[in-house]
Parts: sequence; structure tokens; C-alpha cells
Amino acid sequence: MISLLSTLLNGLSLGSVYAIIALGYTMVYGIAKMLNFAHGDVIMIGAYISFSAIFYWGLHPILGFLLAMLVCTVLGIVIESLAYKPLRQATSLAVLITAIGMSYLLQNSAQLIWGANTKAFPKMFSLPDASLFGGAITISNNTISMLNDQLKISGNMLLTILACVIIMVSLVLFINKTKMGKAMRCVSEDKGAAELMGVNVNKTISMTFAIGSALAAVAGVLLCASYPSLQPTTGAMPGIKAFTAAVFGGIGSIPGAMVGGILLGVIEKLGQTYVSDQLGDAFAFAVLIIVLLVKPTGLLGKKVHEKV
Amino acid sequence: MSLLKVDDIHVYYGAIHAIKGVSFEVNEGEIVTLIGANGAGKSTTLNTVAGLLRPRTGTISFDGRPVTSVPANKIVSLGMALCPEGRRIFQQMTVRENLEMGGYTRPAAEIPASIEEMFQRFPRLKEREKQIAGTLSGGEQQMLAIARAMMSKPRLLMLDEPSMGLAPILVEQIFDIIKELHEAGVTILLIEQNAQAALSIADRAYVMETGNITMSGAADDLLHNDDVRKAYLGN
Repeated sequence: MISLLSTLLNGLSLGSVYAIIALGYTMVYGIAKMLNFAHGDVIMIGAYISFSAIFYWGLHPILGFLLAMLVCTVLGIVIESLAYKPLRQATSLAVLITAIGMSYLLQNSAQLIWGANTKAFPKMFSLPDASLFGGAITISNNTISMLNDQLKISGNMLLTILACVIIMVSLVLFINKTKMGKAMRCVSEDKGAAELMGVNVNKTISMTFAIGSALAAVAGVLLCASYPSLQPTTGAMPGIKAFTAAVFGGIGSIPGAMVGGILLGVIEKLGQTYVSDQLGDAFAFAVLIIVLLVKPTGLLGKKVHEKV
Repeated sequence: MSLLKVDDIHVYYGAIHAIKGVSFEVNEGEIVTLIGANGAGKSTTLNTVAGLLRPRTGTISFDGRPVTSVPANKIVSLGMALCPEGRRIFQQMTVRENLEMGGYTRPAAEIPASIEEMFQRFPRLKEREKQIAGTLSGGEQQMLAIARAMMSKPRLLMLDEPSMGLAPILVEQIFDIIKELHEAGVTILLIEQNAQAALSIADRAYVMETGNITMSGAADDLLHNDDVRKAYLGN
């Protein structure tokens, strides 16, 4: 029972990282109708920036984190305007190949700048030591222990889950309540009609890349805080997993990315714990295949039919 | 003075020469209609005026100002709104959100009052305010599309096939709405395949054939012109 709970919490935390990355995939897909396969590598750049800020320049981890977000936001806008904007009218295959090329460009640039050696990611956040509820919950060494030390939650896990919830809530509010958010929904549905309303489609797409890339930086830092080894290919696997999560949940749907990400993380951890340590990924992808066979638009994806 | 003046525009889709030197004008306070068969270039012409397509040569001016190279998202704030073919409402947004988007270029403070105005004109939309627009019937969707275009307070409202795919009773309703909007002071440029209905409410009309304007004149005269009757009115 305790072991199941602990596995679920681990899955929730890993799934939260997938979800944050998947949001970037799904927003860009929803609005620019393209799969930005360089998204995973933006995560890696974000992690390297915060690593450099803390390790080389001695900045406070929070500042390093903010700097990573800033750099990735700019990077996202630059990638879009240099690589994807000129291809707005091109076939989707051309855009896809460009995105894959951009992914390799980022990986190799990182290798050139930071080298191919694995870096040990510095400690980002730590909880103060404490003993709460008469010793029922103790915090030491950045780990929260409960139920007579049987259930342990790391501070990073807690932070990751918390960040995911905050991001989800603010994103849903942004998309539904703000003018910019509504413009994004319009562009995602019908670019031409959005233009007729006065929406600047190019600016909206840029903005989407900016938000997605800022989220990628958040994911990069959170990921490396939990799994502290950093190399130029660090972003590749989580990127693919998060893409899977976005498809799983229904690509283009923001709640879908969230649900898909978290489910994928939980399934992966359950698979690792109860089936086989090596087969965790296979287990997760098998579930994905089954879901897509039953519901090709993903869990929360929908198809709108035109009415006459 | 003419509100909209289109002068000898040529529009291409890749290598296809779709509009071959079209000129026409719309005066303030008029209803002008472009009629013609499917594929004559009526929608292409309207999309070009709205800035969605760019003419290779020729000029378009609105209210005396050249607007030929103004992008679509800037056209609407100049006072022209296009209600596009096939309605193209935002299916996944609510009726109210669709109307809000119609007023995208206007100050946020003015929007609620304008939405109320639209609800008075289209009581059916008021009933469906919170409903997802994709669940509306075809006629209601068309009303929403017109109301959405009106939210930008245009001086010139361009309507592309507003009666398409609607039952006869609804077609009549839509044409009544167009007349009402016109009486409220909006200048209207209307494209229709339903030439009979369009000519009977319009002041002037242009007939388009394969990318050219082949005839023009007072709507009444065209309604009684033998060639027009044979080609477009079926008798």
C-alpha cells in the first residue's frame, strides 16, 4: 500500500514534468499547426543556462531559474522567426524536417558551448529542516518523511507537482479570460477568420512560442533538479515522451496535455515498479497505442463537425 | 464620393489568373451586390478587398485612402468588415466570445454595450449567449457571423454568400436583417448566388463572369434584363 502510494507520487511528479513540456508542444501545435521537435532541446538549453548561472556565475538558484526562463523565451521567439516563419506556406513535411534540424542544431551548439561531458546539476531548492505535528511529519535533508518514515517525498517532487498545478491554472485562466488568450484560441481554430477580426496572427504565433519555451525552461530546471545529470541530449527523451503525452491527451488541447502528461508519468512509474524496471517506457507506450486505437483523437481531443 | 473604390485589380492563385482586371465602387449608404456563377471570382474579389489576398496589380481605396497593401488584421480597424463565406464562426467558443472577438480592435470598455445591441437585434443569440457556437443551427450561425462582423462597427459590411445552405424561410430572414442593417446606416457589399433576392434589395449590381465584370447597372434594370434573367434567374 505504502509502496503503491509512493510509486503514484513519483509518477505524479515525473508526469508533471511531462505535462509542462507537453503544454509547449500542444500550444504550438494548436496554433501554428506544426510539431516543434526542437521543443525538447529548448528544455536542455534552459537547464544549461540555469546550470551556468549557478555554477559558473555564482547566481542565486532563483535568479538562475528566472534567467533560464528569459533566455528560453527569447530563444523560442528567435527559432520561430528564423526557422519556421519563412515556412508558413510550405508543406508540413518541410516544417517537420526543419524542426528536426533545429533540434540537432541546438544539441550540437550546446555541445560546442558546454562540452559533451555530463554535468552534475547543482542543488536548486531545499526545504528547511523541521518536525511537524509532533514528529508525524519530519523534514530533513530536503526530504519529507511521513508514516513512520515509510513514505518519503523529496522537496523537488513536491515543488514539481506544485509548479505544474500553478502553471495549469494560470494557463487556463490566460487562455480563457485574457484578450491575447482568446486571440490564440481564434488563431488555433481559423487563422483567416482571426485575421478578419483584427488579430495579428504572426504576433500571436510568436507569443505562443515564447510561452511554450518559457515553460520548457521551467521543465528543464525541474527535471534536472530531480535527475541531476545534464548533457546535450538531456532534453531529447523527455521531449519525445512529452510529445507522446500531448498526443495521448489529444494534441491541441491544453487540459489534454496535462492529463496525458500526468497519466504517462504515472503509468511509466507503475510499469517500472510492478512490471519491470526496463519495461517502464514500453508499458507507457503500449497504453498510448491502445488509447489511440480506441480514440484516435486522444483522450480529450475532439472533432468538430460543420453544421449546415 | 465613393466609400470603396476598386480599380483594375488582378489577383493570382499561383499561376492561375483568377481576377482579370476588376473595377467597381460602392458609395456611402448603398447596397451593392456582385452576382455571378460559382467560380466567377466573387469571393476572391471580396477576400482581396478584405486584405486576405493581395492583388498583383491594381489599387483599392477606402474612404479616399489607398488600402491595397494593408494586411487583413489592419483593414478591420479602418471600418471594413467581412462576414466570410461559410460563416467561419469560432466553433469552439461561446456565442458571447465570438461577439467579443468581433470587437477585438475596439476598446474593451465599449464591448458589453455593443454585445447588448447585437442581442437586441438578434434575440436568438441572446438565448444562446453561453452556448458553444458549433452547436448552433445553420441559420443561427449565420446570424452570429453577421453580428460578429457588426461588432467592429464597420462603415462597410461585406457579406459573402450569407444565404448559402439555408432553408428558404431563413434566407428570407437573413435578407430582412441585411435590409435592417442598411436602414441603420451601414453600407453593404453583398455577394450572392441567389441573384433574385440580392438584386431585389440592392441599389446597384455588378455581374461577374470568369474573373471579369461583364455587366453593371441599377439593380432594378439588371433584374429585368433578359440576359441576366436567362443566365442567373432561371427564366
